[in-house]
Amino acid sequence: MAGGVKKKLHLGRLHPFRCGTKSFQPEHSLIGGPGFSRVVFCNNTESQRVLTYGNNYVTSTKYTLATFFPKSIFEQFRRAANIFFLITAILSFTPVSPSSPVTSVLPLALVIAAAMLKEAMEDLRRKKQDIEVNNRKVKVHRGEGVFDNAKWMNLQVGDIVRVEKDEFFPADLILLSSSYEEAICYVETMNLDGETNLKLKQAVDATSKLHEDSGFQKFRAVIKSEDPNANLYSYIGSLQLEEQQYPLTPQQLLLRESKLRNTDFIYGVVIFTGHDTKVVQNSTAPPSKRSKIERRMDKIVYLLFSILVLMSFMGPIFFGISTREDLENGTMTRWYLRPDDTTIYYDPNRAPVAAILNFLTFIMLYSFLIPIPLYITLEIVKVIQCTFINQDLHMYYEEADKPAKTRTSNLNEELGQVNTILSDKTGTLTCNLMEFIKCSIAGTAYGHGVTEVERALARREGLPSAKEVTNGEGQVENSNKAAIKGFNFFDERITHGKWVNEPHADVIQKFLLLLAICHTAVPEVDEDTGRLSYEAESPDEAAFVIAARELGFEFYERTQTSILLHEFHPISGRKVQRSYKLLNILEFSSSRKRMSVIVRNMEGKLLLLCKGADSVMFERLTKNGKEFEEQTQEHINEYANAGLRTLVLAYRELDEEEYNKFNEEFHEAKNSVSADHEELMEKVAEKIEKDLILLGATAVEDKLQNGVPECIDKLAQAGIKIWVLTGDKMETAINIGFACCLLRQGVKQIVISSETPKIKALEKVGDNSSVAVAFRENVLEQILEAKESLTTLRKSSEALALIIDGKSLSCALEDDVKGLFLELALGCASVICCRCSPKQKALAVMSSDIAIAQFRYLERLLLLHGHWCYRRISIMICYFFYKNIAFGFTLFFFEAYASFSGQTAYNDWYMSFYNVIFTSIPVVALGILEQDVSAELCLKFPLLYQEGVQNVLFSWFQFLGWAFNGVLNAILIFFFCSRAMEHPAFRKGGEVAELEILGTVMYTCIVWVVNCQIALSTNYFTLKNHCYIWGSIILWYIFLLAYGAMNPIISTTAYKVFIEACAPAPSYWLLTLFVVITSLIPYFTYRSIQLWFFPMYHQMVQWISKDGQSDDPEFCQMVRQRSLKATTVGYTAHLEATSKRFLEMHEVHL
Amino acid sequence: MDNGSASTVERSDPPTRKPLWRSQAINKFTQQNLPACKPVLTPTWVILTFLLIGTIFIPIGLVSLHASRSVVEIVDRYDIDCVPEQFKSNKLGYIKDSSYPKNCSRTLKVNRHMKAPIYIYYQLDNYYQNHRRYVKSRSNQQLLHGLGSNKTSLCKPEQSNNGLPIVPCGLVAWSLFNDTYKFIRGKSELNVNRKNIAWKSDRDHKFGKHVYPFNFQNGTLIGGGKLNSSVPLSDQEDLIVWMRTAALPSFRKLYGRIEENLHANDVIVVNLMNNYNTYSFGGKKKLVLSTSSWLGGKNDFPGFAYIFVGSYCIVIAIVFMLLHVKNSRNTHVGYN
Repeated sequence: MAGGVKKKLHLGRLHPFRCGTKSFQPEHSLIGGPGFSRVVFCNNTESQRVLTYGNNYVTSTKYTLATFFPKSIFEQFRRAANIFFLITAILSFTPVSPSSPVTSVLPLALVIAAAMLKEAMEDLRRKKQDIEVNNRKVKVHRGEGVFDNAKWMNLQVGDIVRVEKDEFFPADLILLSSSYEEAICYVETMNLDGETNLKLKQAVDATSKLHEDSGFQKFRAVIKSEDPNANLYSYIGSLQLEEQQYPLTPQQLLLRESKLRNTDFIYGVVIFTGHDTKVVQNSTAPPSKRSKIERRMDKIVYLLFSILVLMSFMGPIFFGISTREDLENGTMTRWYLRPDDTTIYYDPNRAPVAAILNFLTFIMLYSFLIPIPLYITLEIVKVIQCTFINQDLHMYYEEADKPAKTRTSNLNEELGQVNTILSDKTGTLTCNLMEFIKCSIAGTAYGHGVTEVERALARREGLPSAKEVTNGEGQVENSNKAAIKGFNFFDERITHGKWVNEPHADVIQKFLLLLAICHTAVPEVDEDTGRLSYEAESPDEAAFVIAARELGFEFYERTQTSILLHEFHPISGRKVQRSYKLLNILEFSSSRKRMSVIVRNMEGKLLLLCKGADSVMFERLTKNGKEFEEQTQEHINEYANAGLRTLVLAYRELDEEEYNKFNEEFHEAKNSVSADHEELMEKVAEKIEKDLILLGATAVEDKLQNGVPECIDKLAQAGIKIWVLTGDKMETAINIGFACCLLRQGVKQIVISSETPKIKALEKVGDNSSVAVAFRENVLEQILEAKESLTTLRKSSEALALIIDGKSLSCALEDDVKGLFLELALGCASVICCRCSPKQKALAVMSSDIAIAQFRYLERLLLLHGHWCYRRISIMICYFFYKNIAFGFTLFFFEAYASFSGQTAYNDWYMSFYNVIFTSIPVVALGILEQDVSAELCLKFPLLYQEGVQNVLFSWFQFLGWAFNGVLNAILIFFFCSRAMEHPAFRKGGEVAELEILGTVMYTCIVWVVNCQIALSTNYFTLKNHCYIWGSIILWYIFLLAYGAMNPIISTTAYKVFIEACAPAPSYWLLTLFVVITSLIPYFTYRSIQLWFFPMYHQMVQWISKDGQSDDPEFCQMVRQRSLKATTVGYTAHLEATSKRFLEMHEVHL
Repeated sequence: MDNGSASTVERSDPPTRKPLWRSQAINKFTQQNLPACKPVLTPTWVILTFLLIGTIFIPIGLVSLHASRSVVEIVDRYDIDCVPEQFKSNKLGYIKDSSYPKNCSRTLKVNRHMKAPIYIYYQLDNYYQNHRRYVKSRSNQQLLHGLGSNKTSLCKPEQSNNGLPIVPCGLVAWSLFNDTYKFIRGKSELNVNRKNIAWKSDRDHKFGKHVYPFNFQNGTLIGGGKLNSSVPLSDQEDLIVWMRTAALPSFRKLYGRIEENLHANDVIVVNLMNNYNTYSFGGKKKLVLSTSSWLGGKNDFPGFAYIFVGSYCIVIAIVFMLLHVKNSRNTHVGYN
């Protein structure tokens, strides 16, 4: 294997500017000091033994077998609600308790057990993952130049490892050498920062020659390094090799979790292992964010707790009074209670004490107001909802085998309440896949491709046929696209060698030559198929080289000093091999905005080939080189309007003398070690990049991902505001905005730009401080102006889009302007920030909550999953409170008839099972299965989403409505049951209803009512729902039978109560029927009236789907239109305009 | 023209490809595609539901009401009248002093024919048998197993007396109701059957067949009735009835049955012993004679309630119907 497939050339040499980084920086002096104490003896296990750092075993589990019980129980009781229930459980063992301990302890135990089970299962999953990762294999140097597979977890600091292409790095490594001669390698850091472009790493020179396994036999080095820390982007260390010190920087550091790319193999020395690695240091537990709904839920719990305390206060007052009256002047009133010889709990002489103790009793009794399994049920439901998101086939990106991935389940319902989306452009809206689509050569535009922007433009122009036409073309393109990635250029004048017949064939030749030569890509031949592919730092470059190849200038090999092409010979019409001697590369940088190469062709001519941004290129043209400037500029503008990335190509011929002079200066600059090294290089380069002759311009499309415009359109219709951050220039950004429907015709654009003439003029003068001041003033002025127009336009309900550039943005986000700016931004339907620096765009995948493979899945994630989750969770929470309020209040009413003594109406076991068995399962089913509106309609009527944004389903009104319903049900149940059973016999046999019978009857009614209530609230009735709802009710009867059949010592008051007393009595069944129906009627009536006269949006949609009108576009449109009126609050003007336009179009169409 | 809907149609196509990552993903459950019915409260459904409830409830109400009305019930409050005139101002003194005679005679007139069996109840008001202290003050173990059981701590202060345990212990048993009634029609005394007045399950499984009262009502403070210590608890049915505590502070308990018909205009003389003290807490005592129907005793409440709710439903249904007819022209998307 050793050195078998090694590339002859490498990009290291192509990057002369990088040499400068190899000097010691001031911070290197810190090595050896505090915080920089790590010493690594490379390849020297004996020496390293003195200084052992942990092995590479990584655990992400929260618990071990031993710590699980104490730790997880502790975790559970960190929750305030659980503490409360724990206290009631402890109190339940005292005589204060209104019922036996089982009532409080059993539900708590079950809930805690369920929560712990969930924790255990999650930890087990993490454990499995750990085991998988820890047992991955990597080649490790075993001595004598032999590399052998070892498990990741057994790696030690100082080990030399060999990592193959497309493998993950097992630990943080210092790069020693790679398959490339100058020891560079490419690294994909997708898992770290979400960026798709590859990062280049390069080893220090001293170790770069170690290309073979055997070379490590005698390799010894000592690395002194900083201590483990969480900073991914900094590293300081030094390598000591043969008495020589070499500085180590992030340039040599390969991080765990990143992947080796485009490099056959690398050798590296392990520097940080396991928990010392930067990634692990950096990893935080999945963020425990709380959603808006949960925060409100907490508030409700507090509210209920206050009600609980209030109610618990009321009881003792009455109780205290009646207890004191039990013994009046030595005579007993309620003598049957023996107030003369009593315990402290009922002592009339110490009634206040009795009342206080009674207060505790009530706290325990009314703790039923707070649904104990609420939190754990929510957690379980959310985990299941997450699996829905993860397993949604519609969000599965097959090409990359990537399903959606939720990292935390806390925020499901928050997905249904998103207000504003911030999005990066490249890689998020676009595929980061460049396609060569057009070019302008010698003032003639070539290329028939239609970009998405153009399609959008056509659509914008409102040509009804435009869509079909472009669609047709699009399909053709699609089929061609599959053939060559990165090439979407069609022009019969150019392709298949026809360019020779064009008027400026010589220019075309030079143009293509430039594309084939002026780049830093490396060709790679697939050994099996013989096909050529290119590895380039940026996808743009790859697109150029591919274009050149497709048009007859195949770049097939790069050697140390030259570039080899298969060239189409214009005269013979055959392919000939030509080589160009590569003399210098003047690299691209963001300040230079161009790159050049200097080559000598086979005829010995010296050529400088240059490509760059139009802003820098046109001013470098020589007078005779401006022949096509006007047309080219025109074309460039056209291309920019079509959303394409353009570059201007130019060349010049150099004479020997000039070149030699330049070369000397260049080398001098290159080898200089001064601080202004780069500036120096730039200056030298600038000298030679002048007097260029214009060849033409290229246009590359950064393809929008599939379905992006539609998705954005839907999101906008849903009332979600979208901010796009991009590095493009303003014009391109605006066009992209049109392409992806962020901007529309009729949308007023507010532009805040830093490039006003005034600023430009000031910049030329160059007084930095005055520029800054003027700049700030300018931005402020523009914001104020924009705000003014915002208010005026609001009235005319016109949509607004804000376009701001990065410089102005950073200014606008400063403290004093911030509020103003945000106000403005929130008033706009969409915001585009162009010319953003990467820092402003910084996104962190590591801390993301949910990852999806494609932007278009966002639509489904938010509009469907988000909406459903929001709805499910909010209904669930409301229902939980409802059912517990209903139950708690029956207890309360009964107390009023039991002189607030704390006696319960129900058997202890009925109470303990209420929360955990008879009413908890259907609500879980609701939380998992409920769908107000089918998936299709959810996506068809994006406005549904506003229900979440405006939080209509979990507003205080909604909650109070449910709570009121609960109280009402409790009143109906208690009073009907007690009235019906108070005095007369309830059976033919003359038996009267005693406490146990009344309790059973009331409990039966409650179980029925709350379960029927959930049936009434369900919009999506699956078989499972039926099973759980009716099953819960049947379970109650089964429980009654089973429990009642037990020994009376166990079953106490429930003994045979059903089979003997209730079941044979017709009045029991009639009463149940009556109470259940009557309790449901108020809700049913309310719901019908609300549905007919004040329908919520989802109800309208249900309505249409019921009527089968959802296929009628006209009708759907009407609904969309209607809903705007119905819910004007918070709707953006944007939306109204959209709908209006829809309607207008409709009318036109008719 | 409507590009939005075109794209959704595309996207809503069921995926035909098998996913690579998990075959279990093709599952109606995980794809949230379970077959389901989606009830929508359309006007028709709502109106029909209300009509249905109405048409079921009103007949049930009428039948219940009829059953209730067929029951003949005589209620006589005697706690005040049975106190001799001179003790009217000191009822408590009268009831507490065992030296005063407690017998009292009441006359009841039968208004309608009462078919046997006629149930005799006593009704107490403002009597908190559901007080927590009271309810808990018993020992089920002891009731079933007698002296062998010592789980009687809850019975305090009626747990033991003079160092000897009390059977049955606790406040409930101690406060046993002890008024007695004798019914005389014309010259002859009506036979009152006091057997089978308690639940069978209580007699068989909660009160021991071999448990006899012991040391009961021997303390300084006498509560209610005494028990015959030669009769096992399972046969002391008035105790068993009493010990099923009532749910509400006003309650009836079964005393016995008269197993012959009473005719209209019969005059019944009740000779009762007014022993039980309800005067100290202002409770009432009533004697109730009642026949029963298939629904139990005389209780108009369920019948009226059914009729009321049934009529409400009919009215609502009619109102909704009118609204529906009136608005049906623009019912596409609800009314508004």
